[in-house]
Amino acid sequence: MIEAYFIHLLILLGIYLILAFSLQLTIGFTGLLNLGHIAFYAIGAYASALLTLNGFPFLIGLTVAGIITMLFGFLLSIPTKKLKGDYFALATLGFSFVIYAVALNWTSLTKGSLGLSGIPKPTILGFSFSSNLSFFILTSIIVIFSYVVIKRIISSPFGRVLEATRDDELAVKVLGKNTFKMKSVSLMISAFFAGIAGSLYAHYITYIDPSSFTMLQLIPILSIVIIGGLASLKGTIIATIILVLLSEPLRFIGFPSSIVGPMRQIIYALILLLILIYKPKGFYGKVELE
Amino acid sequence: MMKIKKLTKHFGGIKAVNDCSFIVKKNTITALIGPNGAGKSTVFNLISGIIKENSGQIIFNGKDITHLSPEKVSNSGISRLFQQTRLFNNLTVRENLLLALDNEDTKFWKNLFSRDKTIKEKLKKIKEMLKLIEMGEFENELTRNLSYGQKRLIELIRTILNPHQFLILDEPVAGVNPKLRKNINKILINLKNQGETILLIEHDMNFTLNIADVIIVLEKGKVIAEGTPKDIRINPKVLEIYLGE
Repeated sequence: MIEAYFIHLLILLGIYLILAFSLQLTIGFTGLLNLGHIAFYAIGAYASALLTLNGFPFLIGLTVAGIITMLFGFLLSIPTKKLKGDYFALATLGFSFVIYAVALNWTSLTKGSLGLSGIPKPTILGFSFSSNLSFFILTSIIVIFSYVVIKRIISSPFGRVLEATRDDELAVKVLGKNTFKMKSVSLMISAFFAGIAGSLYAHYITYIDPSSFTMLQLIPILSIVIIGGLASLKGTIIATIILVLLSEPLRFIGFPSSIVGPMRQIIYALILLLILIYKPKGFYGKVELE
Repeated sequence: MMKIKKLTKHFGGIKAVNDCSFIVKKNTITALIGPNGAGKSTVFNLISGIIKENSGQIIFNGKDITHLSPEKVSNSGISRLFQQTRLFNNLTVRENLLLALDNEDTKFWKNLFSRDKTIKEKLKKIKEMLKLIEMGEFENELTRNLSYGQKRLIELIRTILNPHQFLILDEPVAGVNPKLRKNINKILINLKNQGETILLIEHDMNFTLNIADVIIVLEKGKVIAEGTPKDIRINPKVLEIYLGE
């Protein structure tokens, strides 16, 4: 029983890691305060769920979820081309509200607040990932894949331009780089992985509804990025482990679930506050939060 | 090499650059001087595509670059040093300088599937440049930890490393101590001897009169005098308006 619960936690940890790595790419490495990340997560979850519920295999659902979300990332990068800082944050926040409203109101497609149920567990080449252990292995492979790709991007000359854009966009332009293109690609890659995480979530829980993709779900991911430290994948891993596992003992103290939920938010807020006061760069941050 | 034709830029009711025309010849050091608010930095911003003109033209190597974006201006062969330091403060000296050399190696797919094969060559070039300004030991230092003068030198080196045919330098020696000033002077003279063309803004008259082949004097956005340092030194208009004599 404990073992099954532990594996369940590790699966959630994996999904959070993918979300946090990809959010780190836009916020930490590119300097785009992207509050629309949860919308990408939702788009990926709905795309994959709808495809597999209509008979498409899981691999198609997963891949298309990533690609569709990436396209949304590109579309979002066009109107936000000239926005920075708070303005970019507000625009992307607006985007997440729009996607939430669509998920809630386009009932013929999403079934609105009833949600989509009966989403099949993944099957790849005849092998079913219906047990938690096999799903954990699948999640781990995707976590490693996302880490390797994002690490590769940030260690390359392309990643160097992203980091320079975060520090001073005009100076990057004057060095002959097309920052719009670079920021677009960063947002697209970030969206791609958020979409993949959404797909994994949908096929793991087998039920999604709009309430799984609100600002409340964005707060822990954003906290992970800030607490781990901007522009640090190592910090992201440590912060994810701490934030996902820290609130779990609350379940065993015997509090009712109506208290555990708000307690978790309070713990996130407390950690965030302490970090901002005593360690403004987070655990391993390269950049100070402005 | 560069022709500025009747360039005009207004900010509200203020005419920062007003019907300004001049030519920069190849393989020369041309200095743009004038009192504060004369429009020198605005001319540089117009050349680098950061702001757009109200009228006039900028011709570079026979091509009209007036409406190009900053990155296209840079890729057409113009490298710029800003008046205020604009280094990437969360990156090291080496990373800052690599950014100037990375132009052809920043394509996403190329970066995803292959390693940078020219990195050794780039690092060698960076080491040589840092040795030239006696800052070899700072290669792995974050630029935010450097002093103002050191930052200025690193930024100048970054501007020089950025592939170019034409350098525009906004106050390259402002706030730099006399020893470093001499170094910068030497670097710029060397560049000219190698066939480079430089347009610079500088308030330090000793530095400017020593290094420039041609001096253009701006006042209220207009060219009021142009000539060799010798001519400018005795030009009564310049003495009256710029030097207040």
